[in-house]
Amino acid sequence: MSNTLDLVKLTVADAAKMLDSKQISATELTQESLRCIKAREPEINAFISVTEEIALTRSKHVDADRATGKALSALAGIPYSLKDVYNVVGTKTTAGSKILESYTSVYDATVERKLQEAQGVLIGKTNCDSFGFGSTGEHSAFGPTKNPINTTLVPGGSSSGSGAAVAYGGGLYSIGEDTGGSIRCPAAFCNIVGLKPTYGRVSRYGAIAYASSYDSIGPMTKSVQDAAIVLQHIAGKDPYDATTGESAVPEYTAYLENSLHGKKIGLPKEYFVDGLDPLVRQKIMQAVEVYTSLGAEIIEISLPNTEHAIAAYYIVGISEASSNLGRMDGIRFGTEVEGKNWSEKIKNARGIGFNDEAKRRIMVGTYALSAGYADQFYKKAQQVRKLLKKEFLSAFSLVDIILTPTMPVLPPKIGEDVNDPLKLWLMDAFTVSVNPVGVPALSVPVDKNDVSAPVGMQLIAPHFKEEVLFNFGHLYEKEVYAS
Amino acid sequence: MNYELVIGLEIHIQAKTKSKMFCRCDAKYFSAAPNTHVCPVCLGLPGALPVPNKKAIEQCIRLSLALGCEINKFSKFDRKNYFYPDLPKAYQISQFDLPFGYKGKVRIESQDGEKEIAITRVHMEEDTGKSIHSGNKTLLDFNKSGVPLLEVVTEPDFREVKDVVFFAKRLKQIVTYLGVSDADMEKGQMRFELNMSLRKIGETQLPKYKVEVKNIGSISVLEKVIAYETERQQGILEKGETPVQETRGLRDLSGITHSQRAKEEANDYRYFPEPDIPPIVFSEEEVTLLRATLGELPQEKKNRYQKDYGFDSALAEKIIATKQKAEWFEQSIVGVQEPQVIANLAKWYVGDFMALLKASKTRLSQAKVTPEMLRELVQRLHEGKITAPSAKQILAEMLVSGKSPDALITELGLEAVSDEGAILDVVKQVLAANPKVLEDMKKNPNAYKFLIGQAMKQLGGKANPQQVDALLVKELGVTEGAESIQ
Repeated sequence: MSNTLDLVKLTVADAAKMLDSKQISATELTQESLRCIKAREPEINAFISVTEEIALTRSKHVDADRATGKALSALAGIPYSLKDVYNVVGTKTTAGSKILESYTSVYDATVERKLQEAQGVLIGKTNCDSFGFGSTGEHSAFGPTKNPINTTLVPGGSSSGSGAAVAYGGGLYSIGEDTGGSIRCPAAFCNIVGLKPTYGRVSRYGAIAYASSYDSIGPMTKSVQDAAIVLQHIAGKDPYDATTGESAVPEYTAYLENSLHGKKIGLPKEYFVDGLDPLVRQKIMQAVEVYTSLGAEIIEISLPNTEHAIAAYYIVGISEASSNLGRMDGIRFGTEVEGKNWSEKIKNARGIGFNDEAKRRIMVGTYALSAGYADQFYKKAQQVRKLLKKEFLSAFSLVDIILTPTMPVLPPKIGEDVNDPLKLWLMDAFTVSVNPVGVPALSVPVDKNDVSAPVGMQLIAPHFKEEVLFNFGHLYEKEVYAS
Repeated sequence: MNYELVIGLEIHIQAKTKSKMFCRCDAKYFSAAPNTHVCPVCLGLPGALPVPNKKAIEQCIRLSLALGCEINKFSKFDRKNYFYPDLPKAYQISQFDLPFGYKGKVRIESQDGEKEIAITRVHMEEDTGKSIHSGNKTLLDFNKSGVPLLEVVTEPDFREVKDVVFFAKRLKQIVTYLGVSDADMEKGQMRFELNMSLRKIGETQLPKYKVEVKNIGSISVLEKVIAYETERQQGILEKGETPVQETRGLRDLSGITHSQRAKEEANDYRYFPEPDIPPIVFSEEEVTLLRATLGELPQEKKNRYQKDYGFDSALAEKIIATKQKAEWFEQSIVGVQEPQVIANLAKWYVGDFMALLKASKTRLSQAKVTPEMLRELVQRLHEGKITAPSAKQILAEMLVSGKSPDALITELGLEAVSDEGAILDVVKQVLAANPKVLEDMKKNPNAYKFLIGQAMKQLGGKANPQQVDALLVKELGVTEGAESIQ
C-alpha cells in the first residue's frame, strides 16, 4: 500500500484508478478511512454513527470480486458516508434529532440501494442540523460539528457532517440533502464541491423529508468530476418516488471537457448587493475572470423576485415540514415518552423530542396552512414560486448558466449566531431560490487551498442540465489548479 | 309529521384493487393477522413516499362517469392533516378542491315518480388503520391503512327514507356492476355518513343546523338511524329549540345515536397539495376509453327490459339486482324471439328457479342449471311438450342432477299426452264414471272443473288442460263450457 495516501486530497476518480491497478485494496482504503475518522472525530463530530462492520464486509466483497477479474463500477470499494436522513437497514437513522435518536431503519433508501448496487462502501452516517433545520451545523441533538479547515468555524449546514467528513477525509464522498442550500452551504464553508441536482433527478425514497417539494439529494465531493461520477450512479427514475423525472440520465463525464468558448454566464445583479461580504465579492469576481479567460461571455441579468424568494421559500418549506413531521409521535417508532393517554403521550414525545428550531418551524408552518391564513401565506408563496420559475426560465433564454456566490458571508464562528434565527434564515438568501424553482446548482470552491477564507461559487443551470454545471465547474478547476 | 327530512349522504367505498392506494401491499386484508399487510409507506415510516395506484384512480373516474359526473382532467391529491392514532402519517392523502368527479346525478324511483339526486363530488383517498380498544389499551392494526377509498358525496336532496334506501342500494349495484368494489358491507367495504336535519314542510331553505352521523355500516342501520334521528330532532324542534350542530356516533346496530365531542368547528385540516405526488392528468381520449368500459348500468338495463320486453318495474328490478343475475338472465334469452317465451323465462327465473336456489342455499354461480337449460325447459313448456306442473318437477330435478330438460322429460316420462284419441278415451271414462256430477253441472259450474281435474289426474298431469277442456266440451255437446272455466 502507498505510504503517500493523502485522504484529504484523494478523489474518487484517483482512488478508483488505484483500486483498479491494485495499488491499494478496498479493505486497505476502508481501514485507512476508518483510522482517519477515529483520529478526527473527537474534535470534529462529523459522524452520528460509524458503520465499521458494514464497511469492512462490503470492502472485503469488493476485493474478492476484483480478484476474480469481474468488471466493477467506478464507485466499487470507495468509502462514502450518508447524511443521517437516509434509511439503511439495521442502522440508526436520526436526522440529527432527539425524537429519532434510537430509531433503527427497517428499509433502504433508494440512493443507498443504488450505491450498494455499485458496491460502494458505507463508512458512516453523518451529523446534521436536526431535520435539516439549520445552516451552521449547530442544531443537532448530537452536538455541533466543527469545520475541519478551521475548527473555530461552523462547517455550514444542514449537511454539516457530510461537508466536514469529506473535507477531512472521512470517506471520499458523502450524500447530502439540500432543501434550501443544505448541500451547497457546507460545501462552500468546507471548501468542497456540493451538487444540488434538479428536483426529481435523484429519488427521495427513504430520505427523511424536510420539505417534500424542495428536497434534493446530491453528492458532496472533492472535485467536480467526482460529483459527476457519483450523480451518474444515483440519478434516474424510481418507481418508489412519483416525483422522479422520466428524462434519461446522460453520460455526465462525457461533457466535462466541452469548450466554454462563447458560452454565456449570467450574473444576477440582485446577488451582488450591499449585504454581500466584500471578500466574498472579490473572490467571486476572480472566478468570473477565470471564465472570461476560458472564452465565456459575462452578462448581467436580473432576477427581480429574489427579494421575495426567501419569504416564499420559508413559507412553503415549513408548511410542508409541519405536515411531514406529524408522523413523529414516539408511538410506532422513535423515542417513547410516558403520558396518561395518547394525546398527552405524543405531546410529551414531541415536546421533548423536537428542538426549538423544529418547534418554531412546525408552529409557523401550521399557522401558514391554517384556514383563513392559507390564502395570505401558503397560496401567496406558491404564486411567488411560479413567478420565480418564470424568471429563471427567461434568464436561461439569455444565458447558459447563472453564477452567484453560494453564501453571502464567510463561515461564522461556532456559537456566534446560534441564537439569532432570523440572521441564520437570511444567510440562505442565495441558495434558497433554486429549490422552489427546482433547477440544479453546484457549489465549487473558488480556491480550495485557501483555508483562511472558504468561498464557494454557485453555478445554476436549467432543469436536468447537470452536465452543464459539471462542464463549467470542471474546466474552472482544471484552469485554477493546473500544476 | 309537520316536518320533512333534509338528508345528504357521504359514502365511502373501498375500491377493489390488487394493491393499496399508494404502496404495493396486498389490499385484501380482510381477516388477515394484524399488521401483516404493511410496509414503510402505509406504516408512515420516516422517508417513505406514496406512489399512486393508477388502477384505483381509473376506478374512481369510471365511478364518476357512471354517476354522471364531470371529470377534472387535471386533478391532484391533497393532504388532510390531523392527528389520530390510526392515521400513521398524521395526514390522510385525499382530494380537496379538484376531485376526479364532480356535478353528477343519479336517478331514483320515488313514491311520487322519478327523482334526481345530485352528486356533489366523487374523490379518491386512502383508508386509515384500525384502532382496537381492549380494556384500557388501544391496539393498532395498519392492514387497512392505505386501502383505496372512493368517496361519493351527495347534495342534501333526500326527503324520504325510502329514497335514501333506494339510492344506497342503487349505488351499491352501480359499483358492483362496474367492478370497482364488492361493496360488501359486512366487510366494511361500503360505509355511510349521514348529514341530516328537519325542516317544516313548505320551507325551502336548508335548516340552520346539521347533524352528522359517521361510520354507518349497513343500509338497515342507516334506516334505523334516520328513524331515531327523526324522532329525536322532531322532539327538540317541537319544544321550539334547535338541535345542536354536531357529530353523533353509534355504539351498536340499534340506530340510537350519541353525541360525540362537538369538535367540528375547531377542526382545521390544513389542506394543501400533496407535494409527493405530481398532479394527475387525463386526456379526453383516456376519459373516453374509460367511459367505454362502463358497460350497461343497472338503471339502463332496467329501462331496456321494461321497454323491449314489457316487464313491469318489480320484475325488472329483481332481474337487475346484481350484474350476475342480469347476465344469467340475458344468457338464457339468447336467440329467443317470441316475447311470450322471454316473459315466461323471466317469470320462471325470478320465481321458481330463484325460490329453489334459495331453498337449497345454492349460489347462482354454483347452480347445476345453466341459462341454456332453463331456456330449453321454458321452450318445451311453450311448445306444449310438457305441462307447467311437469316443468316444476323437472326444474327441481335439474337442480339436483344437472341433467338437461329433454333428458329428464324422457327419464321421468313427463312428455305431455297430446294424442287426441288417448285423451278422448280418458274423457269418456271420466264422464261414464261420474253421472251424478253431470247432473250437478246444471246448478253448479264448479262441477265442470271437477271433471277436468279428474281427467288430468288420470292423465298423470301430462296433458294440456286446454286440450282436455276442448275435448270435454265437445263430448258434452256444450259450447259455453270453455268460457265457463276461464
